[in-house]
Amino acid sequence: MSTDTLVDYDQVLTRYEPVIGLETHVELGTASKMFCGCSTTFGAEPNTQTCPVCLGLPGSLPVANAMAIESTIRIGLALGCRIATWSRFARKNYFYPDIPKGFQTTQYDEPLCTAGHLDVEVDGETYRVEIERVHLEEDTGKNLHVGGATGRIHGADHSLIDYNRAGIPLVEIVTRPIPGAGAKAPEVAKAYVTELREILLALGVSEVRMEQGNLRCDVNTSLAPIGSLEWGTRTETKNVNSLRSVERAVRFEMRRQAALLDEGTRILQETRHFHEDTGTTSPGRSKEEATDYRYFPEPDLVPVAPDEEWVAKLAAMLPELPAARRSRLSDEWGITPTEMAWLVNAGAVELVSDTVAAGASPSDARKWWLGELARRANDAGTDLSDLAVTPAQVAELIGLISAGTINDQLARQALDGVLAGEGGPAAVVEARGLAVMGDSDELVAAVDAAIEANPDVAEKVRGGKVQAIGALVGAVMKTTRGKADAATVKRMLEERLTAS
Amino acid sequence: MSTSFTSMTVSELQAALADGATSADVTRTYLDRIEAEDGVLGAYLHVDPEAALERAAAVDASGKAGTGLAGIPVALKDVVVTEGIPTTSGSRILEGWKPPYDATVAARLAAAGTVLLGKTNMDEFAMGSSTENSAYGVTRNPWNPERIPGGSSGGSSAAVAGGLAPWAIGTDTGGSIRQPAALTGLVGHKPTYGSVSRYGLIAFSSSLDQAGPMARTVLDAALLHEAIGGHDPLDSTSIDVPVPVLAECARRGAEGDLSGLKVGVVRELGGQGHTDGYEQGVLDRFTEAVALLESMGAEVREVSCPAFDLALPAYYLIAPSEASSNLSRFDGVRYGLRVGDDGNHDLDEVMALTREQGFGAEVKRRIILGTYALSSGYYEAYYGQAQKVRTLISRDFSAAYADVDVLVSPTTPTVAFPLGSRVDDPVAMYAADLCTLPASLAGVPAISVPCGLSDGLPVGFQVMAPALADERCYQVAAALEAAQDAARGSRFLDQLPRRDAEPVGGAA
Ligand SMILES: [Zn+2]
Repeated sequence: MSTDTLVDYDQVLTRYEPVIGLETHVELGTASKMFCGCSTTFGAEPNTQTCPVCLGLPGSLPVANAMAIESTIRIGLALGCRIATWSRFARKNYFYPDIPKGFQTTQYDEPLCTAGHLDVEVDGETYRVEIERVHLEEDTGKNLHVGGATGRIHGADHSLIDYNRAGIPLVEIVTRPIPGAGAKAPEVAKAYVTELREILLALGVSEVRMEQGNLRCDVNTSLAPIGSLEWGTRTETKNVNSLRSVERAVRFEMRRQAALLDEGTRILQETRHFHEDTGTTSPGRSKEEATDYRYFPEPDLVPVAPDEEWVAKLAAMLPELPAARRSRLSDEWGITPTEMAWLVNAGAVELVSDTVAAGASPSDARKWWLGELARRANDAGTDLSDLAVTPAQVAELIGLISAGTINDQLARQALDGVLAGEGGPAAVVEARGLAVMGDSDELVAAVDAAIEANPDVAEKVRGGKVQAIGALVGAVMKTTRGKADAATVKRMLEERLTAS
Repeated sequence: MSTSFTSMTVSELQAALADGATSADVTRTYLDRIEAEDGVLGAYLHVDPEAALERAAAVDASGKAGTGLAGIPVALKDVVVTEGIPTTSGSRILEGWKPPYDATVAARLAAAGTVLLGKTNMDEFAMGSSTENSAYGVTRNPWNPERIPGGSSGGSSAAVAGGLAPWAIGTDTGGSIRQPAALTGLVGHKPTYGSVSRYGLIAFSSSLDQAGPMARTVLDAALLHEAIGGHDPLDSTSIDVPVPVLAECARRGAEGDLSGLKVGVVRELGGQGHTDGYEQGVLDRFTEAVALLESMGAEVREVSCPAFDLALPAYYLIAPSEASSNLSRFDGVRYGLRVGDDGNHDLDEVMALTREQGFGAEVKRRIILGTYALSSGYYEAYYGQAQKVRTLISRDFSAAYADVDVLVSPTTPTVAFPLGSRVDDPVAMYAADLCTLPASLAGVPAISVPCGLSDGLPVGFQVMAPALADERCYQVAAALEAAQDAARGSRFLDQLPRRDAEPVGGAA
């Protein structure tokens, strides 16, 4: 759909230096909304989770959710922010049907948290992202435009509004402009959001399900000619809602803006929309630049003055943060930062950690999650964590291998059973009869049968052609349908064919 | 039974109910009088006689009538949200809206067993001082139907003074309880900001709005205040302190001993060099009332509060600013009026048409004023400056209260003015709130109590106290009321020219 001229990415970097910035909105996982007692459960029938307050009915008044304030402060602490001793909510006034009061209750010049930072790593290099502010606000309702081709308001027959989401606590995390990332700018943007997501998960403040809109990014991008002292005009790409899209949006904007700058066209400071399907951006309503939100302190709410002792207690009670945890686990597991980066990229750190905690060795746990299990997830087109096998079951599987009960090949069959919902690994091994044969009579018989059935090969082995024994091992494995342990079979064959 | 349920005080009604009268009798008497009189007065916007009688019968059946407030009828200003009962705030834009919930004030009165007579007329969204800004017609002053009943709680003041309700709830943002009370010869109290829940009051100016009692006597006002006061977790600005003991203070005040009480007369409110716009009759009644307080032992001195001179401009920046935001929700999307939804207008046009047709001129004037004052580039010069003035006014109060226990002034510069006389002159209309604005801006409590007549119309006396010291207002007002009643030999409202149509009540 886009007819934008684009410059090759590598070419962009020969002439321009990008500066990026991110505004991230996170829906908190509190049980109730920001200013009323309504439930925040996702996916309920439209407008069933509403009340006079979140519908903005005349006369209703907000009461701030203490848990949301606590969560915001904890996010601020995790990002190394200064926590305000006095903070206020403000009204952002504008007309739109999805804001029931005609204003959004947010924070303006007195946010809860300011001046933090987050270090992210890309290809072994660390980039410091400065955090300007972390503040608390309420989400809007959701418009559904019915009829018309685009799903947008223009051309629609009518519009419906679902206020279930209106008033869900939303934390906005705003970075300062991030210069100096050069060619890595798109990846730094993605790494920042990835790391932020990990932190939010570790804090337990949000489910951070991007596909449900728990985490939404606005990505600012600008280009300046290399060597220029001034930054270029930025565009703000709204609602970039997956990690991959964050990277793509920055990359696309860089290529688009470079083409305009090359031909001497000024960049418009504007809001743009990102299109998941094409990976392109398009201009939003230019009308927005004229909006004066007439912010003023919300008179219906009292200022928030977090007690310093309480904040110190919250800081002391923060969980181990992802970066520190990764560093500790790398040491414990004896792996390099690069190997840890693979685990991070695969989304396997927690899975491996849990598997180790359930008794597996770190190397076995990594081998299974990055190998067989990653393959299964890839085949099924799901995330590792969505596979129908728990870390405890993986540890159990590894335990069965170590004990010699099954071999790797049988383990894969056992895994099939687990994924198919047949039970835990031990149960599947039992039910499917997958256990390895020991020096059992059955195996002795199979070995003897193989020698009998392949006299030529047996003769070759007896004659000193030891490598020919492989064919006999294969025959035994075949008759035992993989249940035998290959090494044991080989030993038994050697005993019979060389001792005589 | 006496013929005069409609001229009894609530304390007397309580006694009558305890003595065997039924709430149904009392309620029917009021409904009959509303039926007979309200065509002229225009005090009510909504009355549901059947519902009221049903409710009264239920209270009678419960056996609780006569205990506490059970069985006593009450009227609510239409700014108070009532579940299932039309609530318009005097505006066309809310015509037909039936709220799905009750304001805390309404819920507390219902829980106390009161019987709702109806919803009273008001200036649209409480913006006005004469009740001429209602979208549903004017309300007349029972003392003289050619005069305004004050505003914005003019429906409540006319109903109570006219015997169409024993008492009523009003709301006060810049004087909207005290000014109409003064102009109709009632007692009206604006509580300390945060001491009565705002939950369910359709907001005009959030940092100023307070609900309070309008009654025929100081004691009645105290009883009503006690019933609605106290902390409400649904209102973040509600102060978490015990419900004040007010009726007791009113009774003690009526004993007439004010020795040791230090009273400050505010120079800036009608004193030397500040009499512009004040009627001589009002100043005379005020001076006489001050002398009466002195005769009861009060120490009177003049105090100066220079920042009070700036109260009017500060108020007319802060209140419209907050109102411009509070009224944004009336966009035709979720409830109330919707204009232009005919397939020919887009969303923005429907919102604009709805607001264009739904709001009256004064509301639009204040929305525009407030929108301008909050605009980027003007915010500091207007809203910011006004907030600073507000701080200065609070400091003047604090400084004064270091020396005196209460401050007093006339409640209004003039008696009730003729209908229509100021509708084309907003600034003259705004001046009606001159004396009541400082207490609103500082959030301190203030009461208006009658202090005589001028040209046959009531004059109000204002008593202001420090925040959370509402009981001082009641004490001083009760002393003044008792002394005047004693001197006159009758209650203040007994002077009200009776209309002939008073129906015979208490049929039982
Ligand atoms: Zn709600």
